[in-house]
Amino acid sequence: MEFWYDPITTIFNSLLATFTGWGMSEIAATVLIYAITILLFVTFAMVLDIFLVWIERKVVARFQDRLGPNRLGPFGIFQPFADIVKLLIKEDITPVGADVIMFNLAPIFSMMSVLLLWAILPFAPKMVGVDLNVAMLYLVAAGSIGTLSVIMAGWASNNKYATMGAFRTVAQMISYEIPMVAAILVVVVLSGTMGAVGIVEAQEGIPFIFYAPLTALIFLISAIAELGRSPFDLNEAESEIVAGFHTEYTGMKFGLFYAGELLHSFTFGGFIALLFFGGHRFFGLENLGPIVGAIIFILKAIFFYWVIMWVKYTVPRIRVDHMLAFNWKFLTPLAFILLMVTALVGRLLMDSLWLVPALFLSNIFVGWMTVLYLKSHERKTREAEEAKSAPVVQH
Amino acid sequence: MTTMQVLFLFFAAIILGSAIKVVTTKKMIHAAFWLVVALFGIAALYAMLNAGFLAMVQIVVYVGAIAILFIFAVMLTRKELLDKGAALNNNKTIAALISLVFFGGLLLLLTNWSGFTKMAPDLPEGDMVAKLGEALVTPNAYLLPFEVASVLLLAALIGAVYVANEARSE
Amino acid sequence: MGSQTPWVYVGIFVLVGLFIPIAAIAIATFLGPKKPNAIKQSTYECGIETVGDSWIQFKAQYYIFALVFLIFDVETVFLFPWAVSLNSLGIFAVFEGIIFILILLAGLIYAWKKGMLEWA
Repeated sequence: MEFWYDPITTIFNSLLATFTGWGMSEIAATVLIYAITILLFVTFAMVLDIFLVWIERKVVARFQDRLGPNRLGPFGIFQPFADIVKLLIKEDITPVGADVIMFNLAPIFSMMSVLLLWAILPFAPKMVGVDLNVAMLYLVAAGSIGTLSVIMAGWASNNKYATMGAFRTVAQMISYEIPMVAAILVVVVLSGTMGAVGIVEAQEGIPFIFYAPLTALIFLISAIAELGRSPFDLNEAESEIVAGFHTEYTGMKFGLFYAGELLHSFTFGGFIALLFFGGHRFFGLENLGPIVGAIIFILKAIFFYWVIMWVKYTVPRIRVDHMLAFNWKFLTPLAFILLMVTALVGRLLMDSLWLVPALFLSNIFVGWMTVLYLKSHERKTREAEEAKSAPVVQH
Repeated sequence: MTTMQVLFLFFAAIILGSAIKVVTTKKMIHAAFWLVVALFGIAALYAMLNAGFLAMVQIVVYVGAIAILFIFAVMLTRKELLDKGAALNNNKTIAALISLVFFGGLLLLLTNWSGFTKMAPDLPEGDMVAKLGEALVTPNAYLLPFEVASVLLLAALIGAVYVANEARSE
Repeated sequence: MGSQTPWVYVGIFVLVGLFIPIAAIAIATFLGPKKPNAIKQSTYECGIETVGDSWIQFKAQYYIFALVFLIFDVETVFLFPWAVSLNSLGIFAVFEGIIFILILLAGLIYAWKKGMLEWA
């Protein structure tokens, strides 16, 4: 029974007893157990990643009215394994003039920046890698390693398209980091902690989506932009710059970028579930035990991964100037206004029964005001243009 | 030597080695990436001191923003990015002498500093970040620096706008 | 170990996170064929011969957006501790944070009006 309610600690303690029994010091044993569990954990992430390749191909096929992989195994589920074998036995080409060390380091860092996020992903109350008190900043920091890997890949390839793609990607990633962090700040204000476990605990009664619906939308949009998925896929706009920063990558190195992107999307699906949808909670079903909670969390993450795919395969790519203007002239001010409103309303009505309705209504009010402002702004620009272009006719 | 000391020496060696590479490497982009390595080493030192917030801020601000800014600045210059000139010029003896004097002075000052022999005070219980936040907005503590920081950032932004406008109108 | 334990965990995670992709690339290098030739290794630019350097000059706009980003990045770093401690502080603290944000939003509006946020 103890195992069922706290599996990680039980395993940890029994392993610790075994290793110290063999004459190891406690510190060495702890480090060894950490290394083993992390290796298993990351392997689980990679296996899940293989499964995500299959989901992605199946879902995109359905969106485009195709069947998708359906030959290898039931519903084509063994297709990604064939893909991996193919990637492994491909020739690895390093283009002439490339900076070999940085060229090889870039895909490694790209994958690592995604895997690092798994250290703080709380699957269930007692199933979390590490409960950092600065987990939300850690999320942003891991993202900056990803940004760095993109610029390394683009620069080291010695290819105009790759460099151009890398610059576009980095401009996009750093720009959309601001509204994303502002959205995270709203959640931090509501929960009063930066730890991932604390944020899930704070959503005991009502998930934060009811406190901050607009913020959740901003987080979703900026997460999609951080991932570089359509409509924000200017970094690999096939019709313009081949494949962006990973144009010159072949075989497993390309595979790492590709798998990293899919795992990153899934991980951000998990973060949406964690920040706004109560993490592992699902109508009391999580009380059955942490393993059930972890399954619920993974299912939620897959659902939001599906939402990200849904957006990707529905919306066409936006232009680079629109992409930047949308961020700096719309999302960033809106996110900071929401942060101020949430802080003010949340503090004024702290511990009050009216907190959730008031926050929800204030979100709706801010959204409504934004729509009104946009409408009047649009009308003004249209009138100005019409006044400029219309010939003056005198009767 | 404890594990902590070994780790400290390891990270200190990484920081110093990559810092030397920053000034000696010939390609500007390589210098920028060596700088990133040094900054990561400093973040690791902060983490070892249990200053998790500072470690993360180090990565977010320096690696995520300032290093990117450096790389963009390097890529903006059209000139050959390879420094072909000699790394040292005629003034190297004087430069070495001056830096030696400064190093000696710093060493003298630091050997007389009492901070090395004192143990660090125990950290108070509770969430460090919350304590930092409280200190930032308490009038008797750091409220004024906190608000001045925002004015400073505003000044930096206005300065950047001004310089960029000048550059564009040329 | 004591209080450093979470960072020990993160440190090991970094090492494992480096090890897995390195292992994947190493296996691929071991298994894959190695038959390089000049055409195969040439820079891929849609089949056309590469002209000139890959060092093209970039728009100054990239740099300007990075500058604006840096300033807002530092701002959010200051706001994190404020957001964490908000619930235990008085209403005064909320207004301090709001003033902090408003000062920087004023900067954003200034940059906007000066045409800094235009791409063209």
